[in-house]
Amino acid sequence: MTDATHDTTARGKPGPMLAADGTPLKRSLARALRMQKIRALLLIAPLLLFVLVTFIAPIADMLFRSVENDIVANTLPDTVEELASWDGASGETPSEAVYQALYFDLFIAAEAKEHTKLGTRLNYEQTGISSLFRSTGRNLDDLGKDYQKTLKKIDKSWDDGAFWYALMSGEGGEEVLESHRLQYMQLIGQSPRSIISRFWCVIRGIFYKACPTALEDIDLNFTPSAEAAQMLPATVAAYSDFAVFTVLADGDVVAEEDPWEAVYAAFAQDLNAPGTVEKIQSYSGPGQAELLAVTENLADLPAPDFKTTFLDIDKDWGKIENWQTIKIYSPKYTSGYFLNSVDLMKTPEGIDARPENQRIYLKLFKRTLFMSLVITGSCILLGYPVAWILANLPARKANLLMILVLLPFWTSLLVRTSAWKIMLQQQGVINDTLVWLGLVADGNRLVMINNQFGTIVAMTHILLPFMILPMYSVMQTIPPTYLRAAKSLGATNWTAFWRVYFPQTVPGIGAGSILVFILSIGYYITPEIVGGTTGTFISNRIAYHISSSLNWGLAAALGTILLGVVLLLYWAYDRIVGIDNVKLG
Amino acid sequence: MRFTKSLMVTSALAILSGPALADMANEMTIVSWGGAYQKSQLKAYVEPYLAEHPEVTVVWDESSAEAVAKLRAMNEAGNITWDLVDVEAADSIRLCDEGLAMEVDFDESLAAAPDGTSASDDFGDSIVSDCFIPQIVFSTTVGYRTDMVPDGTEPPSDICALFDLDKYPGKRALNKRPLANVEWALLCDGVPKEEIYDVLATEEGQERALAKLGTIKDQVIWWTAGADTPQLLADGEIFMGSTYNGRLFSAIAEQNQPIGMLWDAEMLDFDGWVIPDGLPEDRLARVMDFLFFATDTQRLADQAAYISYGPARASSAPLVGKHAELGIEMAEHMPTDPANAKNVFVTQYAFWSDYRDDIDAKFQAWLAK
Repeated sequence: MTDATHDTTARGKPGPMLAADGTPLKRSLARALRMQKIRALLLIAPLLLFVLVTFIAPIADMLFRSVENDIVANTLPDTVEELASWDGASGETPSEAVYQALYFDLFIAAEAKEHTKLGTRLNYEQTGISSLFRSTGRNLDDLGKDYQKTLKKIDKSWDDGAFWYALMSGEGGEEVLESHRLQYMQLIGQSPRSIISRFWCVIRGIFYKACPTALEDIDLNFTPSAEAAQMLPATVAAYSDFAVFTVLADGDVVAEEDPWEAVYAAFAQDLNAPGTVEKIQSYSGPGQAELLAVTENLADLPAPDFKTTFLDIDKDWGKIENWQTIKIYSPKYTSGYFLNSVDLMKTPEGIDARPENQRIYLKLFKRTLFMSLVITGSCILLGYPVAWILANLPARKANLLMILVLLPFWTSLLVRTSAWKIMLQQQGVINDTLVWLGLVADGNRLVMINNQFGTIVAMTHILLPFMILPMYSVMQTIPPTYLRAAKSLGATNWTAFWRVYFPQTVPGIGAGSILVFILSIGYYITPEIVGGTTGTFISNRIAYHISSSLNWGLAAALGTILLGVVLLLYWAYDRIVGIDNVKLG
Repeated sequence: MRFTKSLMVTSALAILSGPALADMANEMTIVSWGGAYQKSQLKAYVEPYLAEHPEVTVVWDESSAEAVAKLRAMNEAGNITWDLVDVEAADSIRLCDEGLAMEVDFDESLAAAPDGTSASDDFGDSIVSDCFIPQIVFSTTVGYRTDMVPDGTEPPSDICALFDLDKYPGKRALNKRPLANVEWALLCDGVPKEEIYDVLATEEGQERALAKLGTIKDQVIWWTAGADTPQLLADGEIFMGSTYNGRLFSAIAEQNQPIGMLWDAEMLDFDGWVIPDGLPEDRLARVMDFLFFATDTQRLADQAAYISYGPARASSAPLVGKHAELGIEMAEHMPTDPANAKNVFVTQYAFWSDYRDDIDAKFQAWLAK
């Protein structure tokens, strides 16, 4: 290196500094640093990957649910398409075409038992849809059954699965079939296997066991005939649904199964479409004679009236509100959950405030923030003197005191919360003592639990160690000589504390406050047990939607907002106090 | 339809071939509520079953309270670790709707009554969903402190005593969920019993129920766990409060607390098994074998010896005997006993599956006011 430097100076040119191997020093240095960085990254890679896979990814997935809404379009694909042209504010029910699409969408959804999921989803927005879908799913068969009977009377073959298979299958209808296969896969929430997962399957097949065949690769042993599709489009579509379901869901052979009722309803509809009879008359393929026989008995096979069918099953299908809800929530992504979490709602006319008697979330957000601030404040007030004493006592005594601080920390959260119940309730220890002392009349005992006060007391107690520990570790590092110096220069006790000691403890207060505030903002168990009606947090509502109402979308939206608020406050803290000023020890 | 038909055929085949298909898993994870109820299940049918099948081990998971959410998470993760889950009837409907629980053919899979009545007839009205195999009938009813009844006043015998603060002063404990509360409120506000759900389906009806509850709101402690009310009663914190009848029974009969029971307008509800959807064949075979045994007439009657909940089968009722430890006749402590069931509500599951979210939102907003 010295040689190299010597060289360049000897020549008198201000060239770049070179390393021993002749490369410029700057580059060589950068390379060494890069190697170091990579090594460091490799060292933390296992942890980083672990956190990413087990923590960040699930949270991101959960938060994503707050906008995800593909269930409507996946379950009722054709209905959603037809509904696009319906004006929700017109005050009239949708057209027959919508009801018709709904019939076939709902039929396969009911077979796959997916319709009730959608009913539950939409019931969050419009009360009553849940049972509407459930009862409709049970009664969809009836329409097709009537046609089935009539057709059977005309010719026995119409009741035979093999005959239908011969009539429907042929060549050229692959596209129809594949689109129905894709629709079915969407319905049950499966997407075609990606290249990555195919690759993974190959590896899995080598080392463990092969993946099951992907749904899109299963041979259906059926190809719709293009001729039939041109003549009887609805029937072929319904039969394709049936074929896809028979193979993919039941694992049966299409040719051996009798078609389901929707196929008969579709057939009746096709027969009554203009031009079908002529097409049948010029048709010459399997089932020609039977088809001709049917055209002679058309009077017995009137076109199905899907709207009336639905209204007969449940008159709520004539309710505009239900249709509006389906339409509003038909896009794959929705802002509905977020609007719900701030007491707004979607209507056909746009965004509107929720009725007064359903507004609760904003209030709970405000309350959560307010109470967390109060709890943080009371933790500072109570924790500061304790931390000061701890930091200024001789080590032996300080250790003993430290154990007292930590002891409740090691006790179960539930036990501590329940203990507060016994302390604070009206027939509890504190009230009994007060009555015994004569400070409170027996008939006039204080209400200290099942309200905000109870939550604040219990949570302050539970979170106190999180405040004391960072304060203590910061105070320990402050040399007592500073205070003495201040006093020797003439400061009063108060000035010495306020101007010299306190500013040095701010980093501890900051760290403790952030810990306590963020912990308390998401607290759940303690407010649930001692909060009553005025002391519960937003987290209690989130828990309700996760575990009880199963409205995970709303829970995710509430959670996202809460996370956003925390990040915002953290950012504000950084701007005002500076995050560099936070010290945990 | 087609799917159920093929399911029926396969399950019929499975039963016909019986032991030949003895490819059963030997470990079974049962999810229940813990406490006295789980103990009654252990004593009445799990231990007897294990005695017959020593090769089987049972793992208990006390997660029934979060069963719906956890089952959904397991289903999404594609890894179902539970074999049999004890849930309330309302939850079973939700699980069935979400496709998380398996549909069961009662007459194929469950034992008939000793007199030959088919299982589905024997269970009767307790079959509230296709996925739900009922075990017990329980009720939400009201208990009160007998020593806190004002002097010279009759002890309460009418549900409307809840709302009568003049005659029966003192705090009350009520469920922090609307179920039962709103029905009682309307009943005591003068709505005829048969019209209650029609009224409750309307906006005005819901407001009316909340207004009635509002007359006692400042005297109510809202509970979130069934154990809260007996504890509050025992502490003398409240004069009267609603809870499950079994909880009151154990406070009265086992702990000798000065507590009386109302029974009037008790809200009958069911609790039972669901089988998670998508179990592997060997585990499903074991579960079905256990269920056939555990839900027969005698086993359900036996359960009543350990807890005061009524058997869900009609044929089990006459077989209910004495409490296993206390030796008291249990029949008169059953919510279905004619003397107790003079005036009952049967939870309207269809109504609540629609209105639960709506009324709960309004109820919580009202509570927070």
